[in-house]
Amino acid sequence: MKQLLILSGKGGTGKTTVAGALIKLSQARAYADCDVDAPNLHLSMAQTAEAERNDYYGMPKARIDAEICIGCGQCEEHCRFDAISNENGYLVDPFSCEGCGVCEAVCPVNAIQMHPSVAGEQMLYRSAHSVFSTAQLRMGSGTSGKLVTEVKKRMLSSLLQETELAIIDGSPGIGCPVIASMSGVSMVLIVTEPSISGISDMERILHTAEIFHTPTCVCANKADVNSELTEKIKRFCEEKQIPFVGTIPYDPAAVTAINSGKTIVDLDCPSGRAVREIFAETMRLL
Amino acid sequence: MKKSNLTIAVLSGKGGTGKTLLSVNLAAAAETAVYLDCDVEEPNGHLFFQPEITSEETVSAKIPLIDYNRCNGCRTCVDFCKFNALAFIKNKPVLFKDVCHSCGGCVLLCPQKAISEEEKNVGVIQSGMSGQVRVHTGCLNAGEASGIPIIKELLKKSAAETALPVFIDCPPGSACSVMESVKDADYCVLVAEPTVFGVHNLKMVCDLVEVFHKPHGVVLNKCLEEENPAEEFCKEQHVTILGRIPFDSKLGSISSSAKIAVKENNRYRELFSKLLHTIIEEASRETATHPQR
Amino acid sequence: MKIAIPMNEQSMHTDVCPSFGRAPYFLFYDSVTNEAYYLDNEAVASQGGAGIRAAQVIADRGVKALIAPRCGENAAEVLTKAEVFVYRSIPGTARQNIEAHLNNQLPLLNEFHAGFHGHEKK
Repeated sequence: MKQLLILSGKGGTGKTTVAGALIKLSQARAYADCDVDAPNLHLSMAQTAEAERNDYYGMPKARIDAEICIGCGQCEEHCRFDAISNENGYLVDPFSCEGCGVCEAVCPVNAIQMHPSVAGEQMLYRSAHSVFSTAQLRMGSGTSGKLVTEVKKRMLSSLLQETELAIIDGSPGIGCPVIASMSGVSMVLIVTEPSISGISDMERILHTAEIFHTPTCVCANKADVNSELTEKIKRFCEEKQIPFVGTIPYDPAAVTAINSGKTIVDLDCPSGRAVREIFAETMRLL
Repeated sequence: MKKSNLTIAVLSGKGGTGKTLLSVNLAAAAETAVYLDCDVEEPNGHLFFQPEITSEETVSAKIPLIDYNRCNGCRTCVDFCKFNALAFIKNKPVLFKDVCHSCGGCVLLCPQKAISEEEKNVGVIQSGMSGQVRVHTGCLNAGEASGIPIIKELLKKSAAETALPVFIDCPPGSACSVMESVKDADYCVLVAEPTVFGVHNLKMVCDLVEVFHKPHGVVLNKCLEEENPAEEFCKEQHVTILGRIPFDSKLGSISSSAKIAVKENNRYRELFSKLLHTIIEEASRETATHPQR
Repeated sequence: MKIAIPMNEQSMHTDVCPSFGRAPYFLFYDSVTNEAYYLDNEAVASQGGAGIRAAQVIADRGVKALIAPRCGENAAEVLTKAEVFVYRSIPGTARQNIEAHLNNQLPLLNEFHAGFHGHEKK
């Protein structure tokens, strides 16, 4: 089974739009949304079944038992994250608490305990044809490789028989969640855009993929917004011997498609036609 | 110190909606202002401002320094660390600086008092001028776990400013770094794009700013003629709409070349000046009726 | 000699897990006694530093050789200092990899990837 991961570096380049289209075109039997901070893929991929949900636990958070607390203030004094304050008694701010456990250790009367904290939720959608694994991180949670790994694991452990291709919608950036999503993939498709910021972030994500020895290809979305920069991207790929698999024009019809809960290949539109070519080329490489 | 200025945080939830476009152009329209780039993982504002750098300060965090002569290999520090920053090899603790979250626990708990602290660099803040805009850019070093110490330092600059308006370009998403960036803001401007993807993420940042009781409003960016789900959301939820930036390929092209639209032509200068005026009016009204200081 | 391998399932006839730090299980195999057992990888529960934690577990069990397809630089540091040799696995099952290793066919793994917090300065 092959795994195709879609990344972007910069946010807003059209990663999820392209991922949705590729899933439709390939009829992939397994797909996942690893952009756990801001998952959007489910909005394009209508699901018939209810999701199987389970809680995702992040770092434990400290909780002060007011009945036992003697108000000595040792916890506040030692908290490095400004997570403890004393307005009407000592209280931990769960958004600032990083779960380090120092307050629990220094409390002279054991009034503080670390409690498991739900940091998000995982969802798995099953149908006769496919499995779709996604998750949503709660606000204020630190993003980490852990939830991304769980999303992938869930997809991989729920595979239907004869699944030949799995498509993963990755997250923006180059940090922890991205690196976690790269593990075990057959190829990375980078969706970039012709802007200075977009190119800069594309270079950073390419470097990360290089370290993992993962074959990579690039496509440029909204390519006609700045054709000069699109040419720059093509030249850069040529120099680095990275396959450039196509461009997609800026297309208002894409917005219409997305807003009606569809993908760009569900309508006849310029971006849909362009992505079909990108699909063909990407599959050829894969 | 009594403040007469406003601190405006610009955030979006979803990446690519135009957060930097807006915060950069608002600061440029204000002409004399302070701009803080709190997206320390991928700061982009400086690409537009091209400030003349006048100073660079390193930001550091504390990490443990182990005195191996005093250490007796009891493993208390290794077993305590919740972040896996300490490993126990050949009877001695080994520190992984990049993973350390600087909580200070190992220092406190070592029974032999064998651990003290030293500073490690986590990033830099570059400061400079672009015209009359003071630009402060936070930049996180490769391999560092958290940008929060840099954001905290950046916010000290906004706390020190009492006259000029301060514009904070926040990180995307709604994670802890975003929360840190809005903590001291007087008013939050949420940038939304007209897609269901954008609305989904707009909801999350709305929740976030409400948790912090921050008065806020929405700027609808890249508006097309069709129905705008973000606008629908604002109307349903009674969220103030501050203004609309129509989809404009010229604006997109200018911004893609990292040029400041306000400086390129009068039409954009007018557009962003009007937005700025609306935001300042709205923010002043909100902070007068809900004073936080 | 004690050998460790990251695994997705508790069977020597299944493939080696592509991830080290976040593999669900570790297989521990003793080439002298031919005994094998599995442990749940406690590092899976970590937000960060999973590689370090996983490497610690390996080092604590007197393992001499770890066979894995890849490994992060932090985990590699722990293993190297603890004198555990890291070998690059071949595609295939745990059983196939153990045989290959005992026949000296596996190369040492000497390229390690950055930790999971790999941001870069612009």
